[in-house]
Order: sequence, then C-alpha cells, then structure tokens
Amino acid sequence: MKRGLILMATAVLVAGCGSGGNDGSGAQPGSSQQGQKPAKVTLEWWHLSTSEPLKSLWAQRAKDFEAAHPNVTIKATVLENDAYKAKLTTITQSGKAPDVFVTWGGGVLQQQIDAGLVKDVSGDVAPVLDTFTPAALSAYQFDGKTYGLPTDIGLVGFWYNKKLFAKAGISAPPATWTEFLGDVKKLKASGVTPIALAGKEKWPGHYYWAYLAMRIAGLPALQQAGVDHDFTKPDFVAAGQQVKALADLQPFQKGFLGAGYGTPDGQAATISNGKAAIELMGQWAPAVQKDAGKGLGDDLGFFPFPAVEGGKGAIGDAFGGGNGLSVGADAPPEAVEFVKFMTQMDQHTKAVEAGGVLPVLKGEENAVKDANLKQVATLLAGASGYQLYLDQAYPPAVGQQVNDSVAELIAGTKTPEQIGQDISEVAKSE
Amino acid sequence: MTTLTRGPEAVTLPAPAPAGRGRGRAVTIALFLLPALVLFLLLVVAPILVAGYASAFKWNGFGGLPTDFVGLDNFTRLFSSDIFATDLAHLAVLVLFSVVIQLPFSLAVAMLLNQRIRGRAVYRLVFFAPYVLSEVITGVLFSLILAPDGGMANQFLSVFGLESEFLADPDTVMPALFLVMTWKYFGFHMMIYLAGRQGIPNELIEAAQIDGATPWETFRHVTLPLLGPTIRISVFLSVIYTIQLFDLVWILTGGGPSHSSETMAVTMMEFGFKRSQVGYANAISVVMFVLSLVFALVYQRAVMRRDLEGATTSMGGRR
Repeated sequence: MKRGLILMATAVLVAGCGSGGNDGSGAQPGSSQQGQKPAKVTLEWWHLSTSEPLKSLWAQRAKDFEAAHPNVTIKATVLENDAYKAKLTTITQSGKAPDVFVTWGGGVLQQQIDAGLVKDVSGDVAPVLDTFTPAALSAYQFDGKTYGLPTDIGLVGFWYNKKLFAKAGISAPPATWTEFLGDVKKLKASGVTPIALAGKEKWPGHYYWAYLAMRIAGLPALQQAGVDHDFTKPDFVAAGQQVKALADLQPFQKGFLGAGYGTPDGQAATISNGKAAIELMGQWAPAVQKDAGKGLGDDLGFFPFPAVEGGKGAIGDAFGGGNGLSVGADAPPEAVEFVKFMTQMDQHTKAVEAGGVLPVLKGEENAVKDANLKQVATLLAGASGYQLYLDQAYPPAVGQQVNDSVAELIAGTKTPEQIGQDISEVAKSE
Repeated sequence: MTTLTRGPEAVTLPAPAPAGRGRGRAVTIALFLLPALVLFLLLVVAPILVAGYASAFKWNGFGGLPTDFVGLDNFTRLFSSDIFATDLAHLAVLVLFSVVIQLPFSLAVAMLLNQRIRGRAVYRLVFFAPYVLSEVITGVLFSLILAPDGGMANQFLSVFGLESEFLADPDTVMPALFLVMTWKYFGFHMMIYLAGRQGIPNELIEAAQIDGATPWETFRHVTLPLLGPTIRISVFLSVIYTIQLFDLVWILTGGGPSHSSETMAVTMMEFGFKRSQVGYANAISVVMFVLSLVFALVYQRAVMRRDLEGATTSMGGRR
C-alpha cells in the first residue's frame, strides 16, 4: 500500500542516482571511426512539432537523412510543449541528453551546458556559421562557442480575427496600449469574447507581463533586472498594473483559467473557431490554429504589441524566440551531420515555404509565402532589440516563477507589487 | 517473519537441533530472503536515504552528487511557504471529505448491493469499473466532461440554468476534484465493504431480526460493529492515497487555477522537474514520507491495534 509513495520518492531520486558519470554512451554502438564501413548508429531525436506542416516535414527530413546515410536510424520522440520540457528536464537530470534535441537556448540551455550534457559544436559548424542570421544564432552561443543551430526564429505578437474586429467597428489594429484596451471594450460590447488565453499552462500569460515590462521599463532595464535580481522597481509594478487593468476588463474566454493551449477546447482552438478575437502568441500560432480547429484563413491578421504611452521601451523591440537543434555530449558524429543537414538552405527553405518556420538563413526571406508571417519576418529583420522568452532566458526556477506569478496576477490572487517581490525573491536565491 | 518463528514447525522441532543442521537452515533462510531483501534495500531503503541526504542540499539535479550543503534550509523554506500551507489545507479538506462523504456513500452502496436485487452483479461491476481505469484516462475523460464551454456536465446542467466552470474556477475546483476522486474510488471501497459484509455470518443478522430489531438497528448494532476492521483499513487506504494524490490533479488542473487545487506531490513535481530545484523537491518528498509514516504508525497503533494483533507493529505479541 505504500508502493505509490515509494514510486514517487524514487521518481525524484532517479534524478539523483543517474549522476554525471555518463557511462550511458554504451547505448550507441561504436561511432564510425575513420574509414571502412561506418558502424550502425541510432540517433535519438527529440522535438515538439506536433502539428502540421512541420510534423510531416520533419519526419520526411529524417527519412531523407537515413537514405543518404544507410548506417543511421533516426528514432524520433515527438511531444507537446509542456510534456517535452518535463521529459527533457527528467532525462538531463539523470545525466544524459538525447543525441539531437530541440532547444530554445537561453538560461535553460546554459544550465545543460554547465552540466556537461551538450556538445560544443563550434568546430564542426564553423564552415556554415556565416550562412545564418546573427539574430537567429544568438540564443545558442555562449562565450563565443556555439552549442546549436537554429531552425526557427520569430516573435510574439497579437493574432486577430479581422471579421470580429469589423463586427465591433474597429477599423485599424491598435497602435497604443490605451487603444488596445479600448478595442477590448468595444469587442466585449459587440458580444464577442475579446481574448483567448490558456490559463492552465501559464506560459502564454507571461507574454503579457514581459511585453508590458519591455514597453514600460525598456529592454535594458528588463535585462538589468535579470542581473540585479530586482523586479520590484516602479516600472515593473506598472507593467503588473497594466496586466491587471486588462484582466479587470474580464476579456478572456469562459473558463480560461482551466484552458490549455493546443487542446481541443484550448486557446488556439478558441481563436481558430472564431469564438474569441485575439491571442498573443508566437510565429507558430497560425499552424497550431489550423491544427486545433477550423482555421480562420484570410480572416487572420497580425499586429505587433502596441506602444505604451510614456514608456521607455522602443516600439521596435521584439519579444520571442525560436527553436534550435543541439547535440548531446555523447552523441555520435552523425548527430552533428544531421543538425547541419536539417539547416541546409535547400532543406530548411522547404519548411519556410510551407509556413512552418521563419527564415534563419541569410537570403531565405523570399521563401515566406504567408502575408502574416511575412509581416512577422519583416518586423524581426527590423527589430531594434530582442528579448528571449523570460521562462527560457532566465534559469528554470526564475522563469517558472515569472509564469506562476503572472498567472496569479491574472487570476487576481496576487497584486502587482507582490509578484515583483516573489520573482525577485526566487531570482536572488538562484 | 513472525509467522516463521511462531509457526507450528518451530514448536514441533526437537528442541536442541544439531549445530550443522541449524546453520544449514539459516543459510537456506538467507538464500530465500536475499532476492527480496536486495530489491527492498535497493528500491525502498536506498531511495529514502538518498532523498533524506539530498534534501539537505541546494541542488539543481545536474552533475553527480550535490555539493552545496544548506542544512535544514529547504525545510524552513518549505514550512514558511504559502504554497505548502495550501497543500496541507487541501490534504485536510480531501481527507475530511473522503471520510465524511465518500466512505459512508460507498458503505451505503455496498449495503444496498448486498440485498437480493435483480442484476446486482451488473451493478457491482459497473460501480467497480472506474477503479480499473488508469488515473490519466480518468483525468482526460473528466477534463472533457467538465469543460466549461460545451462540456457534457454543463450541457446537462444548463437545462436547469446551473452552469459552472468546475475546474477553471478557484471556488469550485476542489469540490469538482473531489467528485472525480469519489467517482473513481467509491467502487473500490464498496468492494472492500461488500467483502467485509459477506464475512459476517447471517445467523447474527437473523438472530437480531428474531429479537425484533428494525433494519436500522440491525445495521447499527450488528453489521456496523462487525465491519469495524474493514472500515478502519478503508479509512487507512483512503488517507494514505490522499497524502500522495498526484496523477489526477496533474491531468485535471495541474494544481491550478493559481494553486487552488495543488497537492504536495504536485508541488514536488513543479519544483523538481520544472524548476530544477531537486534538493527542495526532495525535502517535500521527505515530508510526505514522514507524514505517511507517522500517520501509518499512529493509526495502526491507536486505531487498528486489535485488527492487527500479532502483526509487526506489536512486536510479535511481546507487549
């Protein structure tokens, strides 16, 4: 009868027992040493593209690679966002990493690098490094070394339903935060749910606070706060107050506190089925919308996060991130080959053309077909500053606290002052 | 082990066994015990010790053994944390609900299904079926049923104008969670009670009836007291389960909205696997372990003493 408890205790402990010793590499039969017949190799590849077009596209890329390298078998593990993050944490804490895995870069990757789990691929990728745009590459480079290559880069902004905007009598997307709040009221008055939000998953909510902090306090101040561990300054409290001002309008769909993101009744589906007008989301939003519901087609529009009157942040500052592929420390050389293969111009451009990812290579810009994604790519190219998602940029404990705190703020259980203190407290203890 | 030493063969054996044979016997016992003992040490004792050790460190779980010793810091932090306080409050609420509502309900159903009614085997099967479902499937099922917009429960309730946001509303999430728990587990407790009821000789019931006892009096003064041992073990199982409650909450709400349905195990998961604070998560697991252990010991000593006469907790009858 105590088995459940024991299981649980072991669950936490498995993390401890694994240790960084890393004799687990025996799982891969000897990597191809110079010449002769290359030994058979299985590559573990973890990614989180669970929706089309990338789902099929990535599977096809893996097959193409296997065809070109008959000794390689690619075993793909594909998980949805939250499950992916949890599983990756579990395996990395046990002292291993998949041979090839998707990363967001930033503080989380840094922690994995510090633990000696990620291969420094600087030497292997040096010949191709120049083909990438510096913005796409920056999240995977630390102290001049490269630990991954980007497959996608984008930014977070508002995706909206043009038809519902017209119904509410809104002619142009809002340019300022005040206008935005006004439009939310107009939408509500016209009987439309203004905003869809996945309250259960927390990470979509943190976009609001992060963007407001960037617009009000400015990008340098936000980055400084990450260094000083101080999020209690008046500008951050003001950002919290604006999130609260928005939440006080009750703009979100019914039961949003229990809603997921990609689930059948989640945030993406709510927008996709025309039940709410706006969502704040990254470049993958249209793909997930199509996957989760009917899709809006030409009714879908995009506008950047508006400026806040009197704020110190530049309107051109972008918030977002991308995905890259990193290689486990013990992975066979074929893993690096696979990463390079995935990011070659001819291969990667197909994914851009399909609307699954945005350009990461120089000269790929013309491959973007979708008008909204083109707008995102243009904004990105002209961005005056760039901030990675806070839950990836900061160490995991701080990032999760930001997510938790903003969720509490939106649910009305904490005040803007309290969440500033909570985040600072966790940041100081790291 | 106690049964071995007190078993009949121990009594019937010639008192002074030859030295050689005694050693052979000890070797045999050791050999038979070894596999189980190794598994027990490796999978039960060792993890507990490592958890205790790791809980004294500030550790992100990466790279070998922890090095940053912080003593009891993790525990002081834990005991001063609001989230942990809510976890304990939720535990208390769920235990109370289970004992006051879920178990009596199971008992009532068990008594009903002990009557001669048409199709009682079918009822027993249907009521027991949810227990066989995995917690994850139960969770997914109920997150669809209880979906605020267009879920089955709300479509039904809207007929009476009684819609609710269930899991998405901090005020209703705990009752909704308890409802799902009850749906899943009342069948299990019902089965235990049924088995216990069938162990009661019918002569006793008949005797009471002949003496003129009403059905209620028969239940109150004959059935219930004789079900005592069964009820005590079912309360025990229910409380231990509630202390460790995890899967159902994780799937249904993830502990939300804003911690209003979080349990200790969910908090442990959050800190261990999402925040990479493995030392702190270990402290939570240690507290859970101690809580379960203390409850188990106190309960067995105080409440189940007579039921367990001669078992391990009474030191093999030497009191």
